[in-house]
Amino acid sequence: MASIFDIFFLEAVLNGLLLGGLLALLSLGLNLIFGVIDVVWICYAELIMVGMYAIWWLHTQQGWPLWMAMPTCVLFVGALGAAMHQFVIKPVLAAEPINQLLVTGGVLFLLQAVTTMAFGVEFRNLGVRIPGFAVGEMSLSGARMVAFVAAMLAIAGAYLFLNRTFMGTAIRAISQDRAIMPLMGVNPSRVYLITSAIGGGLAGLAACLLVLQYDVHPAIGLSFGPITFLICVLGGLGNLIGGFVAAFVFAQFISVGGFFLQLEWGYVLAFAFFMATMFWKPEGLLSKRRKA
Amino acid sequence: MSGPHANPATDTLLRIDNLSAGYGAFQVLFDVSLEVKAGESVAVIGPNGAGKTTLLRAISKLIEPTAGQLHMAGQRYDGRPAHEVISLGIAQVPEGRRLFPRLTVEDNLRMGAFLPAARAHFAQRLEMVYALFPRMKERRAQLAGTMSGGEQQMCAIGRALMSGPRLLLLDEPSAGLAPVVVQSIFEVVRKMSAEGYTVLIVEQNIQQVLKVVDRGYLLETGRIHASGASADLLANDSVRRAYLGV
Repeated sequence: MASIFDIFFLEAVLNGLLLGGLLALLSLGLNLIFGVIDVVWICYAELIMVGMYAIWWLHTQQGWPLWMAMPTCVLFVGALGAAMHQFVIKPVLAAEPINQLLVTGGVLFLLQAVTTMAFGVEFRNLGVRIPGFAVGEMSLSGARMVAFVAAMLAIAGAYLFLNRTFMGTAIRAISQDRAIMPLMGVNPSRVYLITSAIGGGLAGLAACLLVLQYDVHPAIGLSFGPITFLICVLGGLGNLIGGFVAAFVFAQFISVGGFFLQLEWGYVLAFAFFMATMFWKPEGLLSKRRKA
Repeated sequence: MSGPHANPATDTLLRIDNLSAGYGAFQVLFDVSLEVKAGESVAVIGPNGAGKTTLLRAISKLIEPTAGQLHMAGQRYDGRPAHEVISLGIAQVPEGRRLFPRLTVEDNLRMGAFLPAARAHFAQRLEMVYALFPRMKERRAQLAGTMSGGEQQMCAIGRALMSGPRLLLLDEPSAGLAPVVVQSIFEVVRKMSAEGYTVLIVEQNIQQVLKVVDRGYLLETGRIHASGASADLLANDSVRRAYLGV
């Protein structure tokens, strides 16, 4: 009996790990945008929802193969991210943070309403099944495995981009001293636009991975948007490495907590841990270094 | 290290005609004209609040001039946005250094080479800067904000050199530094002008800066009040009385 218990426990840990990779990807784009532009896109999960619809529509309604529909989705949501910055954020860059938050909240409801009008409230399924596989007595989901690997590759790519390229260095620099950027030949507006497009592209990639696992409907953003936001806060808003760590911690609470109790209790434990952390370390698990 | 050796000081690199600038309704500069020839080192001296930093900010287009013209190598550029000025060959070491404190020394230097034209020379200019400031090579992986003031100033000068500028603007490089460090910073300025860099430096530290530059302008309450060769300015009675305490 003990050995079966152990194997299911291990399965829960592994599932938590897979979930953590996906959550890390979800939080990366939101965190990047906040860290660079200092604006929280409350509607970030709705961009992912729009991307899921884009893939569903292209694949099931237009007959596109997934290998064409998915890259198109990444580009489309990336363009949506750039448009989001240009037409929604840029006009309120100098406004109070609460106004910026409300504007992105408005976009959240706008996207929900538009997708409801376009596609109705039915749950839409892609109709693609990736076979799972068994390791000993553990069964692991193929779609989750694919999502984990793709998320890790994207995160590694983003890390290399931010650390090894001139534009990536500028993206890290601009939050430290925006006013001085023109002396480097950097146009701050362009850096913001590129950052927003990358954040959108990451949301598009997340849409590709989520649509393999979940049905899409206009309110699906609400089921992972709040978690994404909490992970960013848990890791210290704008702290990319903190967000990465927090995603895995949070996922283990959900998965292992759900194993010992029930799935819902996993979420309760995760949110309780979040609140406790906010009292204990209000600036996040890995508190961001303060400005010198 | 090889500086951009220009013709003997004959051709004008930077020319400022009747420049006025300020912040909103608060005018700081009044009808300022000056020029810097290729290969020269020139100082703008004057007391605190005279408008020296504002002058450099206007030259880099960080603030919009309200009147007057800016020319670089014969090309008028005061209508261009700030981020295009560096592509004309004007690099500035701003007041207070303004490094990116949470980037490494090498990433700060990388930012100096952001321009597409400068990226191709990144490795070569990095070696040049490391040869000029060996300390920066030792500290290449250190966060810039954790270094001493003198080291930060070297990093800031190195960052400006990474773009391969034809004109280097230095804003109070000695401010806030210990006297012995100030000496070494002025030594760097002297060395750069000896190697053919064209330098426009703004300083309150009048006595020391006039020893390392060719010419100077005296800026007081936003107006040029005197100009001439360094030796002449040092001998100028009003300069001596007001600033050198003799």
